[in-house]
Amino acid sequence: MEANLITSMLFATVVAGTPLVIVALGLLVSEKSGVLNLGAEGMMAMGAIAAFAVTHETGSPWLGVLAGMGAGMVMSFLFGILVLSLMANQVASGLALSIFGVGLSAFVGKPFESVALAAVPPIRLPFLADIPVIGPALYNQQALVYFSWALMWAVVWFLYRSRAGLVLRAVGEAPASAHSIGYPVIRIRYLATLFGGAMAGIGGAFLSVFYTPLWVEGMVAGRGWIALALVVFATWRPLRVMVGAYLFGGVMIAQLFVQGSGLEIDMPSQVLSSLPYWATIVVLVIISRNAATIRLNAPVSLGQPYRADT
Amino acid sequence: MLLKLEARPEPSKLMAYLSPLLAVALTLIGGLMVFSALGTDPLEGFRVFFLNPVKDTYGISELLLKATPLMLCAVGLAVGFRANVWNIGAEGQYVMGAVAASGLALYFIDSESAMVLPAMVLAGAIGGALWAAIPAFLRTRFNANEILTSLMLVYIAQLAVSWLAHGPWKDPEGFNFPQTKMFADSALLPMLIEGTRLNFAFVIALGLLTVGYVFMQRSFLGFQMRVAGQADAAARYAGFSATRTIWIGMLAGGATAGIAGMAEVSGPMGQLTEHVSNNYGFAAIIVAFIGRLNPVGIFFGSLLMALLYLGGEQAQQYLNLPSSISKVFQGMLLFFLLGADVFIHYRLRLKGGK
Repeated sequence: MEANLITSMLFATVVAGTPLVIVALGLLVSEKSGVLNLGAEGMMAMGAIAAFAVTHETGSPWLGVLAGMGAGMVMSFLFGILVLSLMANQVASGLALSIFGVGLSAFVGKPFESVALAAVPPIRLPFLADIPVIGPALYNQQALVYFSWALMWAVVWFLYRSRAGLVLRAVGEAPASAHSIGYPVIRIRYLATLFGGAMAGIGGAFLSVFYTPLWVEGMVAGRGWIALALVVFATWRPLRVMVGAYLFGGVMIAQLFVQGSGLEIDMPSQVLSSLPYWATIVVLVIISRNAATIRLNAPVSLGQPYRADT
Repeated sequence: MLLKLEARPEPSKLMAYLSPLLAVALTLIGGLMVFSALGTDPLEGFRVFFLNPVKDTYGISELLLKATPLMLCAVGLAVGFRANVWNIGAEGQYVMGAVAASGLALYFIDSESAMVLPAMVLAGAIGGALWAAIPAFLRTRFNANEILTSLMLVYIAQLAVSWLAHGPWKDPEGFNFPQTKMFADSALLPMLIEGTRLNFAFVIALGLLTVGYVFMQRSFLGFQMRVAGQADAAARYAGFSATRTIWIGMLAGGATAGIAGMAEVSGPMGQLTEHVSNNYGFAAIIVAFIGRLNPVGIFFGSLLMALLYLGGEQAQQYLNLPSSISKVFQGMLLFFLLGADVFIHYRLRLKGGK
């Protein structure tokens, strides 16, 4: 393969993987506090339409990203009210959030279906972008790509190096103990949930404003669910989330690989499009096969409601 | 003064039945607010959305027609949900049921045999059940989370039907539309009432609701599954097989969703198209919850959800609103239900300010 082709594939892989990195890292933090939010798909959809609408109206993609983040946070706050204040079942509430978010985004997005946004130019990092082959692929990217890398390190630092992160993990592992030594379990879970919502909103914004500057109903196409699977696949570790997200990014642009390979493969496009979904299933099977791995790594109170009986 | 939730000594039976009604009332209020926010007269919106669809006999027959696939999907899902088996891929199982039944209908397109229809029902059930068997197998054999696997299979099923409708099964005389040939009369469900589209699938749905009721409330196996859902440890000590619970829970949902898919292609559609699914598989999850996972409740829940579907179509036609407003109301309904359910286990107490 020639260098140009490698560069363009690497570039496309990173772009396709970036929303997954951002969303899955947000979900990871919220799951570390014990909150399982299956509403990622709905939060991403709302983030995508909010970002698209605001970018379209104001012409500023950055205000758009902020709007997407806000929409994701509002959605996750609704979820928080249900599962944290009203102690509703987290699985059912997450489903509700997904159904509601996908529906609401389709509804409010109707007027935006036929408009396109101007493409946002990438940001070229001096010197780094001059490295042959990988330079143009990695260092001539959208700002949110760099943001996703910073986010990864920030999450690692926060969870494993900061006091607040230690408290958050304690809340996820043993909420009753954390409560008994004076930590506000519910408030911490709210904050973690809102962070998850904010990242899902930014992930959605990346899709509609940067990735394909278009709004189409259902454009999130299961990425929220794939991000949830990624967190399991990564056994709740941030660095592995990023590696996994790029693997999936690679699978998502399989079409490009097939074209680039120069092979005459006669395959329906639907087969290639279904690859990420198959990959998610395969990956879940591989990682879950050993029940002990999941049990050892999953936050102990994941999905369990908590109520301090005072 | 502060409102505080206080745990009830025992879950309230009354609230368990009242909370769906409360959720419906809140959704109606929310609906009025949505209409006024959109600049539509709320009362006019209410009339068009909730009353217009059922103003005559034809409207009611359409309501029952729409409710049929919802009843079918929801009753099977409820069997699994009761045992904490989270099959949320009914949408995909519905599509695969439709595909299996369509395959049969297309193969026997020249046949006039009376056996074609029963065979299609069976094919639909098997198609849906086989699609549900994948997550069941992966869960029981590899411990893979059935929520995520069953959901991924929805996307795959939709791509599969898109491939069939664009590719090998496309009607050569269909002006290049992604759809199959129209089925022969022998592959179409008979109508129940002349002049309407309400067909025999409604009777099948009522029958399966009854079967579901007997299974869940009256059979030992159904009892075992309920125990597994409510007290996992108790079920293990009693020696009830967790593997069997998962298999039954998944296959029940898959089979009924598959029959629902069959009923759609063999009923109102009369052919397989790319857009065979109308979100019924997801809406049925809401129906199952709003119906308290009980077949009687599911019957009424499906009527309500069908009304939301028809209301969306009316709103599109007369109020110039996108029909996806239905999905907004559906999501709201489930939200309010889950919120209202808190009062089953807790009650509100006024707490004097300290």
